[in-house]
Amino acid sequence: MPEPTSNRRGRLKVYLGYAAGVGKTYQMLADAQELARSGADVVIGYFESHGRTDTILRSQGLEIVPRRQIEYRGAIFEEMDVDAILRREPRVCLVDELAHTNVPGSGREKRWEDVLALLEHGIDVFTTVNIQHVESLNDQVWHLTGIRVRETVPDWVIKEAAEVVMVDATPQALINRLLRGAVYAPEKARRALENFFKEPTLVALREMALRETAHEVEVRHVTPAIFNEPDGAAAPAAEAAAASTERILVYLTVDASTPLLIRRARRIADYVEAECFAVAVYREGELARTPPERRAETERLLNFARNLHIETRTLEGADVASTLVEFARLQQITQIFLSRPRYGPWRWFLARDLVHRIVRKASDMQTVIVADRGPAQAG
Amino acid sequence: MAEAPEGRPERLKIFLGYASGVGKSFRMFDEARRRHERGQDVVVGAVQPNRSPEIEEILTHLAVIPPQIIDGVPVVDVEAILRRRPRVCIIDGLAYDNPPVSRHPYRWQDAQELVDRGITIIASVNLQYIEEERETVEAITGKHVTQTVPKAFLYGADEIVVVDVPPDSVAGRVAEAGGSPERLALRLSALRELALLLTADIVDRQLETYLEARGMDQLWGAHERILVCVTPRTNAARMIAAARRSAERFHGELHAAYVEQPELSPRDRQALEDNLAAARDAGAKIAMLDAEDFVGAIVEYARSQRITQILIGHSLRHSWWDRLRGGPVDRLIRAAEGMDLCVFPH
Repeated sequence: MPEPTSNRRGRLKVYLGYAAGVGKTYQMLADAQELARSGADVVIGYFESHGRTDTILRSQGLEIVPRRQIEYRGAIFEEMDVDAILRREPRVCLVDELAHTNVPGSGREKRWEDVLALLEHGIDVFTTVNIQHVESLNDQVWHLTGIRVRETVPDWVIKEAAEVVMVDATPQALINRLLRGAVYAPEKARRALENFFKEPTLVALREMALRETAHEVEVRHVTPAIFNEPDGAAAPAAEAAAASTERILVYLTVDASTPLLIRRARRIADYVEAECFAVAVYREGELARTPPERRAETERLLNFARNLHIETRTLEGADVASTLVEFARLQQITQIFLSRPRYGPWRWFLARDLVHRIVRKASDMQTVIVADRGPAQAG
Repeated sequence: MAEAPEGRPERLKIFLGYASGVGKSFRMFDEARRRHERGQDVVVGAVQPNRSPEIEEILTHLAVIPPQIIDGVPVVDVEAILRRRPRVCIIDGLAYDNPPVSRHPYRWQDAQELVDRGITIIASVNLQYIEEERETVEAITGKHVTQTVPKAFLYGADEIVVVDVPPDSVAGRVAEAGGSPERLALRLSALRELALLLTADIVDRQLETYLEARGMDQLWGAHERILVCVTPRTNAARMIAAARRSAERFHGELHAAYVEQPELSPRDRQALEDNLAAARDAGAKIAMLDAEDFVGAIVEYARSQRITQILIGHSLRHSWWDRLRGGPVDRLIRAAEGMDLCVFPH
């Protein structure tokens, strides 16, 4: 692979939508056409027309870097050709569908990793993504739609973006577009209307996308005065209000609800601008007796946390609750995040439960018991 | 990019921009053009001065009902539009005060009458002209506007579209000139955030209407709703401050609930009053719950308000019975299914 041609890191621009068909790709192509007209060197690294005529029309005249063909289990798949784009060295590269998972043998597992590689080489990237692919919202999306989205993008990748633009359309307009066959083929459109494209679901997803974009756009740590002070006054960054001193610790166990716990903690940490840690705790000598599968499962969860830029640790101690709380004190943790225990009918003896014991011991910090929210009974 | 109503009829659609120059009028007229091309009867009831060539071009294809000029001010000719009875009427710029002798004091009321009489209105407005946002916007732009539209009018819209473009692509066009490019970008970002959040609030209201109509209760979306359990305890002020910070960071709602306790000492009564006052100052919606069972009352209230996080103070006093069965905090952890529970230090 060629070395980075300059020290300049590329700028990432994200077109965020709340569902297929809102017009993300169309908007991205429209902006690219305008850039190309003004003389910028723009190429399409990957784009998916879904057979939509207006989208195809919008791509005309833009150079397309041919995709790379990869054979996997006897079939041919096409992926974005990162090396070819790097050799071509455009100023701006369009990459549709940021959350895509590459076919095995493509080099990098995820398209967002390909995008990071382009940025590292100083290429500006325009990309599209839907709100349901944002990692920390995965559980909310599951709750709203009953669909567990597998292709996700860690929040920090989206935070890399110099610009996030919300591509908005009203749910009614989107449903009409679907009914007219402008989004999917008839059979797929019918199924979509019965599942994902129900109006309340779309409204809820739209609200999520609006709030997410607002959060990305937010001008933080400034007082209103900064907007109107005479120029030459202190730079906004220097006027930063007191930074957050919150530190969040996630207690990680091998449990189906743990990814939800991690995502929720990550999301809250992002909003309150807290440092975020995750720990697994073993009783003394327990680690050696733990079956390899269970250890691997713990490792997988720790790895999941690390992928979301959460620092992880594995601890051992005589008593799990004490070990956890002592570690928290040592690390000046302000909030411990725990999964809500599952209660059977016989579990009235609450005070002995580990979670309840941690809550009691950590009386000098906040303990947050995170709910395990399943899919809503959508009507 | 929006289309004609083919399902549920829509009566009022608003394009919201965060600053002049972001292109909301163009988006609106572009939709008018597409509706016209699809055979809908579209008329233009009001246009703004200083139109772009693109909008001028679209206007040549549409029927324009000229405004009445009263005291030199253009006023939407409601009478003429009602006589003409189009399916759709475009009103570009909602925030105009009509002269005293007009049919209605404000243009948004003209629009409301047309909606009430069965004409679909598509209108545009800029954030700075929303009455309730005016002060905040003024603090950012330093500019004072006098003619406004109440937020309630926007809440009444069936459809709202936020015209979102990044500041750097409009910086050359926007009217918010003055200051360095950096400061302009900062201002535009702040306005943009406000417009997105306002739209999110309107969309949230729509969602609530759906849920109520369908008898659905909880839907875990992106809107955080934080509930503080207020007691006479002294640390409540810190807990309320923390809850307020959280609500602000998430742009969420803040609630405070107190479950009535019999036989409060005068000192506890005073502490409680102080804590409730602090919650009120923090902008919390206050609920006084009258129930025997603390845990049950809190959980029931939280569900009715679609609360996502409950804050409760850590209690140090434990009776022998609490030791066995768990204290109120333990029981709340158990009962607060579907919500996060934050136990706050003493």
